[in-house]
Amino acid sequence: MAFALELGGVNKFFGGVHAVNDMSFILQEGELAGLIGPNGAGKTTIFNLVTGVYDVSSGHITLFGEDITNHKTYEVVRKGIARTFQNLRLFASATVLENVMTACQQHHRYSFLEACTHLGRWRSVEREIRDRSMTLLERVGLADRADQTATTLPYGHQRRLEIARALALEPRLLLLDEPAAGMNPEEVQDLNRLIQKIHADFGLTILVIEHHMELVMEICPHIVCMNFGALIAEGDPEHIQGHPEVLKAYLGEEVEE
Amino acid sequence: MSAYTEGIITLLMINAIAAMGVCLLTGFTGVFTLGHAAYMALGGYATAILTVKYHLHWLPAVVAGGILAIVVAYVIGIPTLKLMGDYYAIASIGLGEAIRLILENWQSVTRGARGYPGIPTFTTMPVAVGFFLVLAFLLFCLLHGSYGRMFKACRDDHIAAALLGYDTARVRVLSLVLSAFYCGVSGGLLAGFLSFIQPVMFDMLKSTELTAVVVFGGLGSLSGCLLGTTIITLVTELFRPISQYRMLIYGAVLVIIMVLRPEGIMGQYEFGPKLFRKLFGRKAPAQERR
Ligand SMILES: Nc1ncnc2c1ncn2[C@@H]1O[C@H](COP(=O)(O)OP(=O)(O)OP(=O)(O)O)[C@@H](O)[C@H]1O
Ligand SMILES: [Mg+2]
Repeated sequence: MAFALELGGVNKFFGGVHAVNDMSFILQEGELAGLIGPNGAGKTTIFNLVTGVYDVSSGHITLFGEDITNHKTYEVVRKGIARTFQNLRLFASATVLENVMTACQQHHRYSFLEACTHLGRWRSVEREIRDRSMTLLERVGLADRADQTATTLPYGHQRRLEIARALALEPRLLLLDEPAAGMNPEEVQDLNRLIQKIHADFGLTILVIEHHMELVMEICPHIVCMNFGALIAEGDPEHIQGHPEVLKAYLGEEVEE
Repeated sequence: MSAYTEGIITLLMINAIAAMGVCLLTGFTGVFTLGHAAYMALGGYATAILTVKYHLHWLPAVVAGGILAIVVAYVIGIPTLKLMGDYYAIASIGLGEAIRLILENWQSVTRGARGYPGIPTFTTMPVAVGFFLVLAFLLFCLLHGSYGRMFKACRDDHIAAALLGYDTARVRVLSLVLSAFYCGVSGGLLAGFLSFIQPVMFDMLKSTELTAVVVFGGLGSLSGCLLGTTIITLVTELFRPISQYRMLIYGAVLVIIMVLRPEGIMGQYEFGPKLFRKLFGRKAPAQERR
């Protein structure tokens, strides 16, 4: 059976900074996994390497059995990855709905000729894109905000919108980069439920980065923990919670703070 | 209608076609250009040579001018648009100057700096208006739908666009070749309007004017770019009698607009209900950030 995602001995240097140090881990198809680690551990860099935003310095990355090491971002995405961003990247001039439509239209197309005349399939396909996007907005609870400019939404809603936009790509693997950042405890609870529901309903593999250990412990049966670019522990929540290296990593950080 | 008015309207249509091209590239796709007059020159000279020397009918000649512009834009665009940033803007200045120098020095084909005379005057007002209406309709349709959202996505955030599966370099090249086509056609029509063209008509000043009009009208607003063209063309024409002050007035108009409305006359808005709401409705709720 093919794995959803496999990292094998991945290294990444930024000049002298060894941001990712010989990372290897495997995600089974259909998993809901967590990637945790203190500030600057290299979590976001892992996402950037997987999605081709950066090239790896060495090592290999496989997606559903297919090698995607150093492939271009759009190629990787077309193979079935979608992600959200730690520092939101919504299209600032577009409305909430248009943000989702921009992703959704990848799977509902019409020809160039139909696009510049609005003839043929144009009307029906545009309606499909709109309806499907609205459905996704309903899923994340933003349907009533559809016509608002995306960047005028409150922070927590913008994060949900990024999730809807990523889902519109109909990915097989969804990468969420600190989806709970900037949310209050109540919103975090809602978000956890949302992630679990999405995981169950869409039947996809999800890897979620979270800075706060407790959140991931709640929803992810499989957790990968890293520090200083390297893997320090991997396993189920109990295993991670009791792991001395993990405690040290997080304790060390608290002492610094 | 007097011949003078007809002339102004014709010229307005020709300028608007070129401005729409630049509007697509700069306004909607976020690629700055300072050399789009070069594509007008290509269209103009192709039309002139095909009609005068090869006695081709003007309609295929104008289309051929547009296609020549596409080909040149593609060759320039592939290497420069791969890179983000303002590489294309710099390359476009070089392109503009290179084309002008070729036109001035390739005497046997272009007749050099003194210009190309005797082009049949096929660009009557109805022809210009017809071309404008068709091209405006096509672009309007294109921008309202998947392609419009794709161009704007690449403009707003090219990394996020790539992560939605868009090959952003290809999107920028597509936008460039379409915009070159519009400018090429505009140049061909200009040749058929003036019956005489000269390399100096397509210099850096003309390129700058094209981009200025788009910025002035509002980046990302097709109607803003048309309004901008109208104002600039009228100002340029009405003050022709006192032409020594023309550039001064043109400059003053630009400065006034940029001071009063730095986002351009129309900002991102098109004429329509959304603009109405923006002007007369309640203010949009302020950002509720935590
Ligand atoms: N583009 C870059 N250029 C140089 N250094 C970088 C770059 N991106 C990341 N780094 C460095 O790599 C290391 C890991 O950064 P990364 O953003 O992956 O951490 P993180 O685990 O996501 O942290 P956080 O919890 O703060 O988001 C840091 O030391 C960071 O400074
Ligand atoms: Mg991070």
